[in-house]
Amino acid sequence: MSTVPRAVTLEARTAPPDKNRPDDLDAPDGSGRPARPSGPTRRRIRRESATAWAFVGPSVLIILGLAIVPVVWSLLLSFRADDLVTPGRWVGLDNYRALAEDPNFHTAVGNTLLYAALFVPLSLVGGLALALALNRRIRLIGFYRTLIFIPFVVSATAQGVLFSFILDPEFGAANSLLHKLGISRQGFLSDPDQALYLLVGISLWSGIGFCVVVYLAALQDVPPELVESARLDGAGRWRVLRHITLPTLTPVSVFLVLWQLIQALQVFDLIYVTTKGGPLGSTTVIVYFVWEQAFRTFTAGYGAAAAYVLALALLIAGAALQVQRRYRARTEGAVR
Amino acid sequence: MTASMAVADTPVEPSAAQRRGGKRRRWLPFSPWHLLLAPLALGFALPLLWLLLTSVMSDAEINRFPPALWPDGIDLGGYRYVLGNAMFPRWFANSFIVSSVAVASNLLLGALGGYAFARMRFAGSRLLLGLMLATMIIPFQLTMIPTFLVMKELGLIDTLGALIVPALVTPFAVFLFRQFFLSLPREMEEAAWIDGCSRLRVLVSIIMPLARPALATVAVLTFLATWNDLTWPLIAINHDTQYTLQLGLTTFQGQHHTRWSAVMAGNVLTVLPVLAAFLFAQKTFIQSLTSSGLKG
Repeated sequence: MSTVPRAVTLEARTAPPDKNRPDDLDAPDGSGRPARPSGPTRRRIRRESATAWAFVGPSVLIILGLAIVPVVWSLLLSFRADDLVTPGRWVGLDNYRALAEDPNFHTAVGNTLLYAALFVPLSLVGGLALALALNRRIRLIGFYRTLIFIPFVVSATAQGVLFSFILDPEFGAANSLLHKLGISRQGFLSDPDQALYLLVGISLWSGIGFCVVVYLAALQDVPPELVESARLDGAGRWRVLRHITLPTLTPVSVFLVLWQLIQALQVFDLIYVTTKGGPLGSTTVIVYFVWEQAFRTFTAGYGAAAAYVLALALLIAGAALQVQRRYRARTEGAVR
Repeated sequence: MTASMAVADTPVEPSAAQRRGGKRRRWLPFSPWHLLLAPLALGFALPLLWLLLTSVMSDAEINRFPPALWPDGIDLGGYRYVLGNAMFPRWFANSFIVSSVAVASNLLLGALGGYAFARMRFAGSRLLLGLMLATMIIPFQLTMIPTFLVMKELGLIDTLGALIVPALVTPFAVFLFRQFFLSLPREMEEAAWIDGCSRLRVLVSIIMPLARPALATVAVLTFLATWNDLTWPLIAINHDTQYTLQLGLTTFQGQHHTRWSAVMAGNVLTVLPVLAAFLFAQKTFIQSLTSSGLKG
């Protein structure tokens, strides 16, 4: 059934819906509106409604206030030339037109796509391989799992500071190690040809742990009797993996692709700390571009337009995720 | 070590050697998988080990070429510098304040909102829930510029308030609590209901004691997100007395490029709370992440 048997939230999915849905969703006439009750009940409902509003009020105010207002404001900004200080002016689609011709924005989009194209598949394949290797009962396995997962909880800032030290061309341990191996000094993050790849590597070091734990959880749901009978029928390890394990993991993999993709398209902290988009713009990604436009060069309208372009890309990814969820829910229901 | 074993207690398939009932001759006194996994795990740990090592090196050791790979002795100069001269203690306190207020408030508001959405009838509840969930897919960089403007209007820019207000409650917390409450049987509350308990009373004395898994998940994820965030503090804070640790660390690195021992000591102090929390509550961490991951 569920991919993580112990997970809190997944249990909710199996709860009998008729019994636990809020009362007002269950109108006897099927109109979607609560049935009209009489006299004292109605008074109680009114009081109940006031209590409910008191309960959800703060959350609704904060969440919607800090989501809907900014989304609309951002859209308006994207049609304006605005430095966030002096009053701006309306420029229509000029910002978007300028984006289409801005080589720096093109570089940022290209860098982001390259980063995502490396990070997403590598973190999935690596995560799956590690999860398969870690999915066995041997001594110290918990220790191995812990060590592989630990980088995930380390903040991108700390990672960035640590790796800009390790990869420091002059004082870093990496060059010192290469020196011992007789390899010449590298520029690492100060080399435009290496910087982005190194950042992908650092992100993989910390980001792979997430894929590993999700895959490890999902691997517990591979039906053992299926594996057992395939084994008895003479299927080798590889064929069991290909024909039983991987198909079971497909929904999780689809989820991870989209999740990691969303992470990759939004990468910022690590880049701010290590390279600040350089050298020569080789690590400027979209979010960095947006931030720079809005808070460094004070062309906030332009930055907002760039943010909207990225949001559109993410929306498509998000929609795909929803479609996949629905699909998964449907197929799971069919199996049961 | 005991904490680190927590991940291991998920059921795993028996190792190949066990399955084959010892048909294959053992050529090693231990599972051959150790030969692969031990170096791999060590490789993942190495950068963090290196972080710890350099934080106790002297700057002379770090700055020589080729730099030392192992400290000659333990030199706490970096820690002394960071804790004495710099603003680190202040930043630590700021981060702590922001994270703990965010955690407490997410637990409170998330539970209240989640309960109302799970159990109470009020007009527009379905629409509101839908809207709240929809906000989860709005990427942060789309809202960051206007959120900055909103905080400016509220006069909160350059105060911890600017960091706290947007983190007070997330749609994720509300949703997670709602899902959890839906999974609880209704009958328990109904008895209290009939006895005339108020909704709040029911929530506090009957539901919340059962909600520990949900509370833990929301607390862990909120703490991780607020403690580790850099983007928003970078935008909302200018003055170094209001820095969080992450923002302070990166600025500190920029200003003290030659004092690597101090930078690394600061880095250790930044990572330590999360690492300690993780090792202490590893099982909760992993479950929170996998459940949030799979449920989103």
